Amino acid sequence: MNDCATVIPIVPVSPAPNPPAWDRLIQSDHVHGSLYTDPAIYQAELAAIWFRTWVYVGHESEVPNANDYIMKSIGPEPVIMTRTKDGVIHLLHNRCPHRGNRVCVTEHGNARSFTCPYHGWTFANDGALKGYPFPSGYEGADRSKLGLGRVPRVQSYRGFVFGSMAAEGPTLEEHLGGAMKSIDALCETSPEGEVQITAGFLKHKVKSNWKFLVENETDGYHPSFVHASIFEVAQSGIGTLYSSDSTAVSRDFGNGHTENDLRPEFRKRDVPMSWFGTTAEKMPEYTASMKAAYGEEKARKIMIDGTPHIMIFPNLFIAEIQIFVLQPLSVNETVQHVTALQFKGAPDLNRRLRQQTMGSVGPAGFLLADDAEMYERTQLGVQSLNPEYLYLGRGRHRERRDEDGFRIGDATDETPSRGIWRHYRAMMEAA
Amino acid sequence: MPMTPEQRATLEDVTQFIYREARLQDDHEYDAWESLWTDDGVYWVPANGDGGDPEQVMSIIYDNRSRIALRIRQFHTGKRFSQTPRSRLRRLVSNIEVLREEGDEILVTANAMVCESQTRGDFNWASRNEYLLRRGADGLRMARKTVVLVNNSTAMYSMAFLI
Repeated sequence: MNDCATVIPIVPVSPAPNPPAWDRLIQSDHVHGSLYTDPAIYQAELAAIWFRTWVYVGHESEVPNANDYIMKSIGPEPVIMTRTKDGVIHLLHNRCPHRGNRVCVTEHGNARSFTCPYHGWTFANDGALKGYPFPSGYEGADRSKLGLGRVPRVQSYRGFVFGSMAAEGPTLEEHLGGAMKSIDALCETSPEGEVQITAGFLKHKVKSNWKFLVENETDGYHPSFVHASIFEVAQSGIGTLYSSDSTAVSRDFGNGHTENDLRPEFRKRDVPMSWFGTTAEKMPEYTASMKAAYGEEKARKIMIDGTPHIMIFPNLFIAEIQIFVLQPLSVNETVQHVTALQFKGAPDLNRRLRQQTMGSVGPAGFLLADDAEMYERTQLGVQSLNPEYLYLGRGRHRERRDEDGFRIGDATDETPSRGIWRHYRAMMEAA
Repeated sequence: MPMTPEQRATLEDVTQFIYREARLQDDHEYDAWESLWTDDGVYWVPANGDGGDPEQVMSIIYDNRSRIALRIRQFHTGKRFSQTPRSRLRRLVSNIEVLREEGDEILVTANAMVCESQTRGDFNWASRNEYLLRRGADGLRMARKTVVLVNNSTAMYSMAFLI
């Protein structure tokens, strides 16, 4: 559709000179301001988190056909997600092994191979070197070692494709843990059980450290204030979900995954599609498809519960009607790639999802422009180290365990932030 | 071919209208700006090049008339933090051409350059703008405004002011 230079960050990767004292920087309800501003800590995070753990890359529906490809990223590093003719999805580093040039500069398309424009080396879409011009100059070279770099582990869950740059480590299922149920619930919003990512992405950049975004995604304390303006003029019911009286809970799934579970409020309302600010009667086609797919009772339950609000560490935020993919570019620069969720077999719901998403998010969005403002001002704020620490103690006294053993707090509590930092510290210490 | 007196008059009307629209945006005269729209106005800021079909893919802004009104009401709450404090703005609009005139509708293209100063820093935004203007009893109104930013394919900072 378009040829465009995507963000090209400069990424010097080197270990932090002296391992920081993580136990001093990250305490049970305090975190040090330098965690958001220190370039050495950012470099350490690339090695310990972004280039190690499972990072969300893209969705299978973005490369539906054999030989489709799309440019994606793992942290600041560009990768190409391809589908070979056998249907397998590959994640390739967009870097020619010869001189380092980009082999792909077109956002998405269909190609069996990629040719580097610099010296004409050609690679199959599984990364293997197919050939180079004037091959007599390479007598004795081992072609099998001159392919594109491959992300060593690629795995999907319900169509969501993750990559890990570590050859060994926990499986994707082990990493996702309790978050898998939320993805299952998300998929059930489709009468065919499938999410599709087909509406293109907005790319919204902020001058802020990536962790401010991760924490904000499941911070149930801020909406009543940051988003008061739109709640007020749109007569939105979202504000009450994040009030002090809300029966919604915040949850820490472990492994850095956190959510705002709004189902208790929706179940109290007991109105199908209330989660989406509408009624079943206003969406007759969707309601009929859901009943046909799941039966009256289960369809009603799915349509009452709504979709999850979950931050899958470190970069996939499923926000009821849209997904955000977070991409750090540097210690103080982050891009949010955002698009509407689309559900297979639900055209009338999908149209409204696109419209609501466009209103809410992106550089001019009714919600996200204001979130972005907070990200940038906090980033400016933490450059001052008096006081040195941020305080994450909200709701600590009432934190409890749910029936599955996960930590939960009230809707506006900082249980998610504490969970994110607990996991972060474990990953940084393990590095 | 030389312009006819009628064509000159139309270009002059259109130019004055676009200058007024630019000034109202720069000065955050939200209500006066809103009054420039027809009742069926559509305000479109595509993403990713020329944007494709806004009914199918994401746009930076794709407001129908009621959403334009919502955008204005949000500014008036005083709690639209991305515009509190407001961006300081000045824009130049140039290369104004009437592409087509049919009945009471005029299709116009122009280039715009906006200088923005905000907490985040100072920024330049460049765009090709397309207007569908409609003549009524009280002069011209906007039935459609499309703003194709030159940087809409790459990651962009917030842009919560009226572009």
